[in-house]
Amino acid sequence: MTETTVVAEGLFTWPAEEPRLIGSECSACGLLAFPAAVQCLRCFATHMQERLLSPRGTLWTFTTQGFRPPSPPYDGNDAADFRPYALGYVLLPEGILVEGRLTEADPANLRIGQPMRLVVIPYTHGGEGSSILTFAFAPDTGEQR
Amino acid sequence: MSQAAIIGVGLHPFGRFPGVSAMDMGAHAVRLALADAGLSWSQIQGGYVGSLEVANPDAIVGRLGLTGVPLWGVFNGCATAGTALAKAARDIETGALDIAIAIGMDKHPRGAFAADPSVAGIPSWYGRTGMFLTTHFFGMKINRYMHDHGISERSLARVAAKNFRNASVNPNAWRRTPLTEEEILTSPVLNYPLRQYMYCGPDEGAAAVVLCRADRARQFTSTPVRILAGELRSRRLGAFEVNTPALPLLDGGTASPTVDASRAAYEKAGLGPEDVDIAQLQDTDAGSEIIHLAENGLCKDGEQEGLLAEGATELGGRLPVNTDGGLLGNGEPIGASGLRQIHELVLQLRATAGTRQVPGTPRVAYAHLYGAPGVSSVTILST
Repeated sequence: MTETTVVAEGLFTWPAEEPRLIGSECSACGLLAFPAAVQCLRCFATHMQERLLSPRGTLWTFTTQGFRPPSPPYDGNDAADFRPYALGYVLLPEGILVEGRLTEADPANLRIGQPMRLVVIPYTHGGEGSSILTFAFAPDTGEQR
Repeated sequence: MSQAAIIGVGLHPFGRFPGVSAMDMGAHAVRLALADAGLSWSQIQGGYVGSLEVANPDAIVGRLGLTGVPLWGVFNGCATAGTALAKAARDIETGALDIAIAIGMDKHPRGAFAADPSVAGIPSWYGRTGMFLTTHFFGMKINRYMHDHGISERSLARVAAKNFRNASVNPNAWRRTPLTEEEILTSPVLNYPLRQYMYCGPDEGAAAVVLCRADRARQFTSTPVRILAGELRSRRLGAFEVNTPALPLLDGGTASPTVDASRAAYEKAGLGPEDVDIAQLQDTDAGSEIIHLAENGLCKDGEQEGLLAEGATELGGRLPVNTDGGLLGNGEPIGASGLRQIHELVLQLRATAGTRQVPGTPRVAYAHLYGAPGVSSVTILST
Protein backbone atom coordinates (compact mmCIF):
# COMPACT_ATOMS: atom_id res chain seq x y z
CA MET A 1 0.00 0.00 0.00
CA THR A 2 1.30 3.44 -0.98
CA GLU A 3 2.09 5.72 1.90
CA THR A 4 0.12 8.96 1.83
CA THR A 5 0.40 12.37 3.44
CA VAL A 6 -1.97 15.33 3.31
CA VAL A 7 -0.91 18.61 1.71
CA ALA A 8 -1.78 20.51 4.90
CA GLU A 9 -3.09 19.61 8.33
CA GLY A 10 -6.38 21.12 9.40
CA LEU A 11 -7.71 21.45 5.86
CA PHE A 12 -10.03 18.45 5.63
CA THR A 13 -10.95 15.49 7.81
CA TRP A 14 -8.79 12.49 6.93
CA PRO A 15 -8.81 9.59 6.94
CA ALA A 16 -12.58 9.62 6.61
CA GLU A 17 -15.18 7.69 4.66
CA GLU A 18 -16.86 10.96 3.73
CA PRO A 19 -14.20 13.71 4.10
CA ARG A 20 -15.28 17.22 5.07
CA LEU A 21 -13.55 20.55 4.72
CA ILE A 22 -12.59 22.12 8.04
CA GLY A 23 -13.78 25.72 8.16
CA SER A 24 -14.61 28.13 10.92
CA GLU A 25 -17.72 29.94 12.08
CA CYS A 26 -17.73 33.33 13.74
CA SER A 27 -19.15 33.00 17.24
CA ALA A 28 -20.59 36.52 17.04
CA CYS A 29 -22.19 36.78 13.58
CA GLY A 30 -22.02 33.26 12.16
CA LEU A 31 -19.96 34.04 9.05
CA LEU A 32 -18.23 30.95 7.69
CA ALA A 33 -14.65 30.90 6.48
CA PHE A 34 -12.46 28.36 4.73
CA PRO A 35 -9.73 27.62 5.53
CA ALA A 36 -10.42 28.29 9.20
CA ALA A 37 -9.86 31.95 10.06
CA VAL A 38 -8.77 33.65 13.27
CA GLN A 39 -10.77 36.83 12.67
CA CYS A 40 -14.19 37.43 11.14
CA LEU A 41 -14.06 39.50 7.94
CA ARG A 42 -17.62 40.74 8.49
CA CYS A 43 -17.87 41.72 12.17
CA PHE A 44 -14.13 41.60 13.04
CA ALA A 45 -14.68 39.38 16.07
CA THR A 46 -11.77 37.14 16.94
CA HIS A 47 -13.64 34.24 18.50
CA MET A 48 -14.12 31.54 15.90
CA GLN A 49 -15.16 27.93 16.29
CA GLU A 50 -14.42 24.97 14.03
CA ARG A 51 -17.14 24.10 11.58
CA LEU A 52 -17.13 21.17 9.17
CA LEU A 53 -18.56 22.20 5.79
CA SER A 54 -21.12 20.28 3.78
CA PRO A 55 -19.56 17.65 1.54
CA ARG A 56 -21.98 18.38 -1.34
CA GLY A 57 -22.86 21.43 -3.39
CA THR A 58 -23.31 22.73 -6.92
CA LEU A 59 -20.78 23.95 -9.46
CA TRP A 60 -20.89 27.78 -9.49
CA THR A 61 -18.22 28.27 -12.14
CA PHE A 62 -15.22 26.41 -13.54
CA THR A 63 -12.24 26.66 -15.84
CA THR A 64 -9.35 24.53 -17.01
CA GLN A 65 -5.65 24.86 -16.30
CA GLY A 66 -4.19 24.27 -19.74
CA PHE A 67 -0.55 24.86 -18.92
CA ARG A 68 1.61 23.69 -16.03
CA PRO A 69 1.54 26.32 -13.27
CA PRO A 70 4.85 27.98 -12.40
CA SER A 71 6.77 25.68 -10.08
CA PRO A 72 7.39 26.61 -7.35
CA PRO A 73 4.93 27.16 -5.82
CA TYR A 74 3.22 24.30 -7.74
CA ASP A 75 4.73 20.98 -6.70
CA GLY A 76 2.92 18.54 -8.96
CA ASN A 77 5.44 15.94 -10.16
CA ASP A 78 4.25 16.25 -13.76
CA ALA A 79 6.99 18.39 -15.34
CA ALA A 80 7.39 15.79 -18.08
CA ASP A 81 3.80 14.72 -18.55
CA PHE A 82 1.54 17.59 -17.41
CA ARG A 83 -2.10 16.95 -18.13
CA PRO A 84 -4.57 19.84 -17.95
CA TYR A 85 -6.93 19.76 -15.01
CA ALA A 86 -10.04 21.72 -14.15
CA LEU A 87 -10.81 24.01 -11.23
CA GLY A 88 -14.04 25.42 -10.00
CA TYR A 89 -15.97 27.09 -7.24
CA VAL A 90 -18.60 24.93 -5.59
CA LEU A 91 -21.51 26.57 -3.81
CA LEU A 92 -22.21 24.73 -0.57
CA PRO A 93 -25.67 24.82 1.02
CA GLU A 94 -24.30 27.08 3.78
CA GLY A 95 -23.88 29.85 1.17
CA ILE A 96 -20.10 29.66 0.86
CA LEU A 97 -18.20 29.27 -2.42
CA VAL A 98 -15.15 27.03 -2.12
CA GLU A 99 -12.46 26.78 -4.77
CA GLY A 100 -10.96 23.42 -5.58
CA ARG A 101 -9.57 21.20 -8.25
CA LEU A 102 -12.14 19.12 -10.10
CA THR A 103 -11.73 15.44 -10.91
CA GLU A 104 -13.28 15.96 -14.36
CA ALA A 105 -10.81 17.74 -16.66
CA ASP A 106 -12.93 18.08 -19.81
CA PRO A 107 -15.01 21.29 -19.83
CA ALA A 108 -17.45 19.61 -22.21
CA ASN A 109 -18.43 17.32 -19.33
CA LEU A 110 -18.95 20.17 -16.87
CA ARG A 111 -21.85 22.58 -16.54
CA ILE A 112 -22.63 25.38 -14.15
CA GLY A 113 -25.17 24.22 -11.58
CA GLN A 114 -24.36 20.52 -11.61
CA PRO A 115 -24.15 18.65 -8.30
CA MET A 116 -20.64 18.11 -6.91
CA ARG A 117 -19.22 16.28 -3.92
CA LEU A 118 -16.00 16.54 -1.97
CA VAL A 119 -13.33 13.89 -2.51
CA VAL A 120 -9.71 13.52 -1.47
CA ILE A 121 -7.25 12.74 -4.26
CA PRO A 122 -3.52 12.28 -4.69
CA TYR A 123 -2.16 15.18 -6.74
CA THR A 124 1.58 14.55 -6.56
CA HIS A 125 4.22 12.29 -5.06
CA GLY A 126 6.48 12.93 -2.13
CA GLY A 127 9.69 11.02 -1.58
CA GLU A 128 9.83 7.18 -1.83
CA GLY A 129 6.78 7.08 -4.08
CA SER A 130 4.36 8.27 -1.42
CA SER A 131 1.30 10.23 -2.54
CA ILE A 132 0.35 13.69 -1.32
CA LEU A 133 -3.39 14.18 -0.92
CA THR A 134 -5.54 17.25 -1.39
CA PHE A 135 -9.25 17.90 -1.58
CA ALA A 136 -11.13 18.17 -4.86
CA PHE A 137 -14.68 18.16 -6.13
CA ALA A 138 -16.14 15.37 -8.25
CA PRO A 139 -19.37 15.36 -10.24
CA ASP A 140 -22.02 13.92 -7.90
CA THR A 141 -23.98 11.31 -9.77
CA GLY A 142 -26.01 10.51 -6.68
CA GLU A 143 -24.75 6.93 -6.81
CA GLN A 144 -22.84 5.15 -4.10
CA ARG A 145 -19.20 6.09 -4.05
CA MET B 1 -8.28 72.97 -3.10
CA SER B 2 -6.42 73.23 -6.37
CA GLN B 3 -7.01 70.88 -9.25
CA ALA B 4 -4.21 68.88 -10.87
CA ALA B 5 -3.52 68.95 -14.59
CA ILE B 6 -1.29 66.78 -16.74
CA ILE B 7 1.25 68.85 -18.67
CA GLY B 8 3.64 66.16 -19.86
CA VAL B 9 3.58 62.47 -20.75
CA GLY B 10 6.37 60.11 -21.75
CA LEU B 11 6.51 56.43 -22.59
CA HIS B 12 9.23 53.90 -23.26
CA PRO B 13 7.81 51.37 -25.76
CA PHE B 14 6.36 48.18 -24.26
CA GLY B 15 7.77 44.80 -25.29
CA ARG B 16 11.06 42.96 -24.88
CA PHE B 17 14.30 44.93 -24.66
CA PRO B 18 17.24 42.64 -23.87
CA GLY B 19 20.00 44.44 -22.03
CA VAL B 20 17.88 47.46 -21.10
CA SER B 21 17.02 47.69 -17.40
CA ALA B 22 13.63 48.70 -16.07
CA MET B 23 15.23 51.73 -14.48
CA ASP B 24 16.77 52.85 -17.76
CA MET B 25 13.36 52.55 -19.39
CA GLY B 26 11.88 54.55 -16.53
CA ALA B 27 14.48 57.30 -16.90
CA HIS B 28 13.82 57.41 -20.65
CA ALA B 29 10.09 57.86 -20.03
CA VAL B 30 10.75 60.60 -17.47
CA ARG B 31 12.97 62.52 -19.89
CA LEU B 32 10.26 62.34 -22.55
CA ALA B 33 7.61 63.52 -20.09
CA LEU B 34 9.79 66.40 -18.92
CA ALA B 35 10.53 67.43 -22.51
CA ASP B 36 6.81 67.22 -23.29
CA ALA B 37 6.12 69.60 -20.38
CA GLY B 38 9.10 71.82 -21.16
CA LEU B 39 10.52 71.25 -17.67
CA SER B 40 13.81 70.07 -16.26
CA TRP B 41 14.18 67.37 -13.57
CA SER B 42 15.25 70.05 -11.10
CA GLN B 43 11.76 71.57 -11.27
CA ILE B 44 10.04 68.37 -10.05
CA GLN B 45 9.09 68.97 -6.41
CA GLY B 46 8.01 65.43 -5.56
CA GLY B 47 6.33 62.34 -6.88
CA TYR B 48 5.51 58.65 -6.77
CA VAL B 49 7.17 55.73 -8.49
CA GLY B 50 5.86 52.17 -8.79
CA SER B 51 7.36 48.84 -9.83
CA LEU B 52 7.03 45.15 -9.07
CA GLU B 53 10.49 44.03 -10.13
CA VAL B 54 12.57 47.06 -9.07
CA ALA B 55 13.04 46.72 -5.33
CA ASN B 56 14.13 50.35 -4.85
CA PRO B 57 12.29 52.30 -7.54
CA ASP B 58 13.25 55.63 -5.95
CA ALA B 59 16.83 54.82 -6.97
CA ILE B 60 15.83 56.16 -10.38
CA VAL B 61 17.06 59.55 -9.11
CA GLY B 62 20.53 58.11 -9.79
CA ARG B 63 19.66 58.27 -13.50
CA LEU B 64 17.96 61.66 -13.46
CA GLY B 65 19.74 63.95 -11.03
CA LEU B 66 20.38 63.96 -7.29
CA THR B 67 18.19 66.86 -6.29
CA GLY B 68 16.96 65.38 -3.03
CA VAL B 69 13.42 65.30 -4.40
CA PRO B 70 10.96 63.28 -2.25
CA LEU B 71 10.10 60.33 -4.51
CA TRP B 72 7.74 57.90 -2.80
CA GLY B 73 7.64 54.24 -3.77
CA VAL B 74 4.15 52.74 -4.17
CA PHE B 75 2.74 49.32 -5.04
CA ASN B 76 -0.82 48.04 -5.50
CA GLY B 77 -0.33 45.14 -7.89
CA CYS B 78 -1.73 45.85 -11.34
CA ALA B 79 -3.31 49.07 -10.01
CA THR B 80 0.08 50.49 -9.00
CA ALA B 81 0.18 53.22 -11.62
CA GLY B 82 -3.27 54.41 -10.61
CA THR B 83 -1.93 54.87 -7.10
CA ALA B 84 1.14 56.79 -8.29
CA LEU B 85 -0.97 59.18 -10.35
CA ALA B 86 -3.72 59.63 -7.76
CA LYS B 87 -1.24 60.40 -4.98
CA ALA B 88 0.68 62.88 -7.13
CA ALA B 89 -2.59 64.58 -8.09
CA ARG B 90 -3.66 64.64 -4.46
CA ASP B 91 -0.43 66.36 -3.41
CA ILE B 92 -1.17 69.09 -5.92
CA GLU B 93 -4.82 69.38 -4.86
CA THR B 94 -3.83 69.86 -1.23
CA GLY B 95 -1.18 72.41 -2.11
CA ALA B 96 1.70 70.28 -0.87
CA LEU B 97 3.30 70.41 -4.34
CA ASP B 98 2.96 72.63 -7.39
CA ILE B 99 4.74 70.32 -9.82
CA ALA B 100 4.81 66.54 -9.36
CA ILE B 101 5.60 63.37 -11.29
CA ALA B 102 4.22 59.82 -11.44
CA ILE B 103 6.53 57.11 -12.76
CA GLY B 104 6.02 53.41 -13.51
CA MET B 105 8.52 50.87 -14.81
CA ASP B 106 8.88 47.10 -14.95
CA LYS B 107 10.70 44.28 -16.64
CA HIS B 108 9.12 40.87 -16.10
CA PRO B 109 10.39 37.44 -17.08
CA ARG B 110 8.35 35.50 -19.64
CA GLY B 111 5.29 33.50 -18.68
CA ALA B 112 2.61 33.65 -16.02
CA PHE B 113 3.53 35.51 -12.86
CA ALA B 114 5.03 33.14 -10.29
CA ALA B 115 5.33 33.92 -6.62
CA ASP B 116 5.05 32.30 -3.24
CA PRO B 117 1.42 32.46 -2.04
CA SER B 118 2.60 34.08 1.18
CA VAL B 119 3.19 37.35 -0.70
CA ALA B 120 -0.60 37.58 -1.01
CA GLY B 121 -1.42 36.21 2.42
CA ILE B 122 -2.44 32.83 1.00
CA PRO B 123 -1.59 29.45 2.59
CA SER B 124 1.11 27.41 0.88
CA TRP B 125 -1.16 24.44 0.04
CA TYR B 126 -3.06 26.72 -2.34
CA GLY B 127 0.07 27.21 -4.44
CA ARG B 128 1.37 23.65 -4.07
CA THR B 129 -1.86 22.21 -5.47
CA GLY B 130 -1.80 24.43 -8.57
CA MET B 131 -4.32 27.11 -7.62
CA PHE B 132 -2.12 30.17 -7.00
CA LEU B 133 -2.46 31.60 -10.51
CA THR B 134 -4.23 34.71 -11.65
CA THR B 135 -5.09 33.37 -15.10
CA HIS B 136 -7.55 30.68 -14.03
CA PHE B 137 -9.51 33.22 -12.00
CA PHE B 138 -10.20 35.16 -15.18
CA GLY B 139 -11.41 31.98 -16.87
CA MET B 140 -13.78 31.28 -14.00
CA LYS B 141 -15.11 34.83 -13.73
CA ILE B 142 -15.90 35.16 -17.43
CA ASN B 143 -17.31 31.62 -17.63
CA ARG B 144 -19.90 32.51 -14.98
CA TYR B 145 -20.49 35.94 -16.54
CA MET B 146 -21.12 34.45 -20.00
CA HIS B 147 -23.53 31.94 -18.43
CA ASP B 148 -25.44 34.67 -16.56
CA HIS B 149 -25.51 37.36 -19.25
CA GLY B 150 -25.50 35.59 -22.61
CA ILE B 151 -22.03 36.59 -23.78
CA SER B 152 -20.64 34.50 -26.65
CA GLU B 153 -17.14 33.27 -27.43
CA ARG B 154 -17.38 35.43 -30.56
CA SER B 155 -17.48 38.50 -28.34
CA LEU B 156 -14.28 37.41 -26.62
CA ALA B 157 -12.65 37.15 -30.04
CA ARG B 158 -14.02 40.55 -31.10
CA VAL B 159 -12.37 42.23 -28.11
CA ALA B 160 -9.02 40.57 -28.73
CA ALA B 161 -9.09 41.28 -32.47
CA LYS B 162 -9.93 44.93 -31.80
CA ASN B 163 -7.10 45.42 -29.34
CA PHE B 164 -4.51 43.74 -31.58
CA ARG B 165 -5.82 45.83 -34.51
CA ASN B 166 -5.41 49.01 -32.45
CA ALA B 167 -1.92 47.91 -31.39
CA SER B 168 -0.97 47.37 -35.04
CA VAL B 169 -1.19 51.15 -35.58
CA ASN B 170 0.60 52.01 -32.34
CA PRO B 171 4.40 52.08 -32.82
CA ASN B 172 4.91 51.81 -29.03
CA ALA B 173 2.90 48.58 -28.72
CA TRP B 174 4.29 45.06 -28.32
CA ARG B 175 1.85 42.83 -30.26
CA ARG B 176 1.54 44.73 -33.52
CA THR B 177 0.39 41.88 -35.77
CA PRO B 178 -3.36 41.94 -36.27
CA LEU B 179 -5.14 38.62 -35.67
CA THR B 180 -8.44 37.53 -37.17
CA GLU B 181 -11.28 36.42 -34.93
CA GLU B 182 -10.87 32.92 -36.41
CA GLU B 183 -7.17 32.83 -35.51
CA ILE B 184 -8.08 33.89 -31.98
CA LEU B 185 -10.89 31.33 -31.70
CA THR B 186 -8.63 28.48 -32.83
CA SER B 187 -5.68 29.28 -30.55
CA PRO B 188 -5.13 26.85 -27.65
CA VAL B 189 -7.41 27.05 -24.63
CA LEU B 190 -5.37 28.19 -21.63
CA ASN B 191 -8.16 28.55 -19.07
CA TYR B 192 -11.55 27.63 -20.50
CA PRO B 193 -13.16 29.55 -22.16
CA LEU B 194 -10.12 31.82 -22.56
CA ARG B 195 -7.59 31.06 -25.28
CA GLN B 196 -3.97 32.00 -25.83
CA TYR B 197 -4.69 35.04 -27.98
CA MET B 198 -7.25 36.33 -25.49
CA TYR B 199 -4.58 36.94 -22.81
CA CYS B 200 -2.05 39.67 -22.27
CA GLY B 201 1.46 38.71 -21.26
CA PRO B 202 3.91 40.22 -18.78
CA ASP B 203 6.58 42.28 -20.56
CA GLU B 204 8.73 45.37 -20.16
CA GLY B 205 8.21 49.10 -20.39
CA ALA B 206 7.89 52.40 -18.57
CA ALA B 207 5.79 55.54 -18.55
CA ALA B 208 5.78 58.88 -16.73
CA VAL B 209 3.32 61.72 -16.26
CA VAL B 210 4.14 65.28 -15.13
CA LEU B 211 1.43 67.21 -13.31
CA CYS B 212 1.03 70.73 -12.02
CA ARG B 213 -1.62 73.01 -10.54
CA ALA B 214 -4.35 73.37 -13.15
CA ASP B 215 -4.44 77.14 -12.68
CA ARG B 216 -0.79 77.32 -13.76
CA ALA B 217 -0.88 74.62 -16.44
CA ARG B 218 -1.10 77.01 -19.37
CA GLN B 219 2.35 78.33 -18.53
CA PHE B 220 3.61 74.97 -19.76
CA THR B 221 1.15 73.73 -22.38
CA SER B 222 -1.74 74.90 -24.50
CA THR B 223 -3.48 71.56 -23.97
CA PRO B 224 -3.55 70.70 -20.26
CA VAL B 225 -5.59 67.67 -19.21
CA ARG B 226 -7.29 68.00 -15.85
CA ILE B 227 -7.48 65.11 -13.40
CA LEU B 228 -11.07 65.11 -12.18
CA ALA B 229 -10.77 62.00 -10.02
CA GLY B 230 -8.35 59.30 -8.97
CA GLU B 231 -9.81 56.63 -6.70
CA LEU B 232 -8.69 53.25 -5.43
CA ARG B 233 -10.69 50.58 -3.64
CA SER B 234 -9.81 47.21 -2.13
CA ARG B 235 -12.30 44.36 -2.11
CA ARG B 236 -15.33 44.12 0.14
CA LEU B 237 -16.79 40.96 1.66
CA GLY B 238 -18.44 38.89 -1.06
CA ALA B 239 -16.32 40.13 -3.96
CA PHE B 240 -15.35 37.24 -6.27
CA GLU B 241 -11.61 37.76 -6.52
CA VAL B 242 -8.27 36.39 -7.54
CA ASN B 243 -6.57 34.08 -5.03
CA THR B 244 -9.58 33.49 -2.81
CA PRO B 245 -9.87 29.92 -1.49
CA ALA B 246 -13.45 30.58 -0.36
CA LEU B 247 -15.93 33.43 0.01
CA PRO B 248 -19.53 33.91 1.08
CA LEU B 249 -21.91 34.24 -1.86
CA LEU B 250 -23.64 37.59 -1.32
CA ASP B 251 -25.84 39.43 -3.84
CA GLY B 252 -25.02 36.88 -6.54
CA GLY B 253 -21.29 37.55 -6.28
CA THR B 254 -21.59 41.01 -7.84
CA ALA B 255 -19.57 43.00 -5.29
CA SER B 256 -16.45 44.35 -6.96
CA PRO B 257 -13.71 46.82 -6.10
CA THR B 258 -14.04 48.12 -9.66
CA VAL B 259 -17.69 49.04 -9.09
CA ASP B 260 -16.74 50.75 -5.84
CA ALA B 261 -13.79 52.68 -7.29
CA SER B 262 -15.82 53.63 -10.35
CA ARG B 263 -18.76 55.03 -8.37
CA ALA B 264 -16.41 56.99 -6.13
CA ALA B 265 -14.59 58.43 -9.14
CA TYR B 266 -17.79 59.48 -10.91
CA GLU B 267 -18.98 61.16 -7.74
CA LYS B 268 -15.69 63.00 -7.24
CA ALA B 269 -15.63 64.07 -10.89
CA GLY B 270 -19.25 65.18 -10.79
CA LEU B 271 -20.21 63.32 -13.92
CA GLY B 272 -21.52 59.94 -15.00
CA PRO B 273 -20.79 57.11 -17.39
CA GLU B 274 -22.85 58.83 -20.10
CA ASP B 275 -20.27 61.64 -20.16
CA VAL B 276 -17.30 59.35 -20.94
CA ASP B 277 -16.02 59.79 -24.51
CA ILE B 278 -13.11 57.32 -24.48
CA ALA B 279 -11.94 54.64 -22.05
CA GLN B 280 -9.00 52.46 -21.09
CA LEU B 281 -10.12 49.32 -19.25
CA GLN B 282 -7.97 46.61 -17.68
CA ASP B 283 -7.96 43.88 -20.33
CA THR B 284 -5.78 41.26 -18.68
CA ASP B 285 -7.85 39.03 -20.95
CA ALA B 286 -10.64 39.62 -23.43
CA GLY B 287 -13.24 38.59 -20.87
CA SER B 288 -12.03 41.19 -18.41
CA GLU B 289 -12.64 44.01 -20.88
CA ILE B 290 -16.22 42.77 -21.34
CA ILE B 291 -16.89 42.53 -17.60
CA HIS B 292 -15.19 45.85 -16.89
CA LEU B 293 -17.38 47.68 -19.40
CA ALA B 294 -20.32 46.90 -17.13
CA GLU B 295 -18.53 47.18 -13.78
CA ASN B 296 -17.45 50.70 -14.73
CA GLY B 297 -21.03 51.64 -15.59
CA LEU B 298 -20.33 52.03 -19.31
CA CYS B 299 -23.08 49.54 -20.21
CA LYS B 300 -25.47 47.13 -18.52
CA ASP B 301 -24.63 43.47 -17.97
CA GLY B 302 -25.21 41.62 -21.23
CA GLU B 303 -25.29 44.69 -23.47
CA GLN B 304 -21.68 44.03 -24.44
CA GLU B 305 -22.82 41.38 -26.91
CA GLY B 306 -24.63 43.98 -29.01
CA LEU B 307 -22.11 46.77 -28.46
CA LEU B 308 -19.24 44.63 -29.71
CA ALA B 309 -21.22 43.35 -32.71
CA GLU B 310 -21.96 46.93 -33.78
CA GLY B 311 -18.37 48.07 -33.22
CA ALA B 312 -19.21 50.58 -30.49
CA THR B 313 -15.82 50.17 -28.81
CA GLU B 314 -13.75 50.41 -32.01
CA LEU B 315 -11.64 53.49 -32.83
CA GLY B 316 -14.56 54.95 -34.78
CA GLY B 317 -17.29 53.76 -32.42
CA ARG B 318 -19.27 55.80 -29.95
CA LEU B 319 -17.16 54.63 -26.98
CA PRO B 320 -13.64 53.70 -28.14
CA VAL B 321 -11.97 51.35 -25.63
CA ASN B 322 -8.26 50.57 -25.38
CA THR B 323 -7.37 52.61 -28.45
CA ASP B 324 -3.64 51.90 -28.12
CA GLY B 325 -4.19 48.14 -27.96
CA GLY B 326 -4.70 47.91 -24.22
CA LEU B 327 -2.91 45.25 -22.21
CA LEU B 328 -3.56 42.68 -24.93
CA GLY B 329 -1.60 44.72 -27.44
CA ASN B 330 0.98 46.21 -25.10
CA GLY B 331 1.55 43.50 -22.52
CA GLU B 332 1.71 44.37 -18.86
CA PRO B 333 4.76 45.79 -17.14
CA ILE B 334 2.81 46.09 -13.91
CA GLY B 335 4.22 49.34 -12.54
CA ALA B 336 3.90 51.14 -15.87
CA SER B 337 0.68 49.75 -17.31
CA GLY B 338 -1.70 52.33 -15.90
CA LEU B 339 0.48 55.25 -16.91
CA ARG B 340 0.51 53.86 -20.46
CA GLN B 341 -3.28 54.18 -20.30
CA ILE B 342 -2.96 57.82 -19.19
CA HIS B 343 -0.35 58.51 -21.91
CA GLU B 344 -2.77 57.27 -24.56
CA LEU B 345 -5.76 59.16 -23.16
CA VAL B 346 -3.76 62.40 -23.02
CA LEU B 347 -2.72 61.99 -26.67
CA GLN B 348 -6.35 61.35 -27.62
CA LEU B 349 -7.63 64.36 -25.64
CA ARG B 350 -4.95 66.52 -27.28
CA ALA B 351 -6.00 65.08 -30.68
CA THR B 352 -2.40 64.02 -31.35
CA ALA B 353 -2.86 60.23 -31.49
CA GLY B 354 -2.09 60.06 -35.20
CA THR B 355 -3.58 57.21 -37.22
CA ARG B 356 -5.46 55.91 -34.19
CA GLN B 357 -6.95 59.29 -33.25
CA VAL B 358 -10.63 58.86 -32.48
CA PRO B 359 -13.03 61.09 -34.43
CA GLY B 360 -14.82 64.04 -32.90
CA THR B 361 -13.46 65.96 -29.94
CA PRO B 362 -13.21 63.65 -26.94
CA ARG B 363 -13.42 65.69 -23.73
CA VAL B 364 -13.83 63.13 -20.93
CA ALA B 365 -11.51 60.13 -20.67
CA TYR B 366 -11.66 57.20 -18.25
CA ALA B 367 -8.90 54.84 -17.09
CA HIS B 368 -9.42 51.67 -15.05
CA LEU B 369 -7.00 49.19 -13.50
CA TYR B 370 -7.72 45.94 -11.71
CA GLY B 371 -5.26 43.73 -9.89
CA ALA B 372 -4.83 40.87 -7.48
CA PRO B 373 -5.99 40.21 -4.87
CA GLY B 374 -8.92 42.51 -5.59
CA VAL B 375 -7.92 46.15 -5.93
CA SER B 376 -9.11 48.62 -8.54
CA SER B 377 -8.27 52.18 -9.45
CA VAL B 378 -10.18 54.60 -11.64
CA THR B 379 -8.91 57.90 -13.05
CA ILE B 380 -11.13 60.40 -14.85
CA LEU B 381 -9.55 63.05 -17.06
CA SER B 382 -10.97 66.00 -18.94
CA THR B 383 -9.72 68.74 -21.22
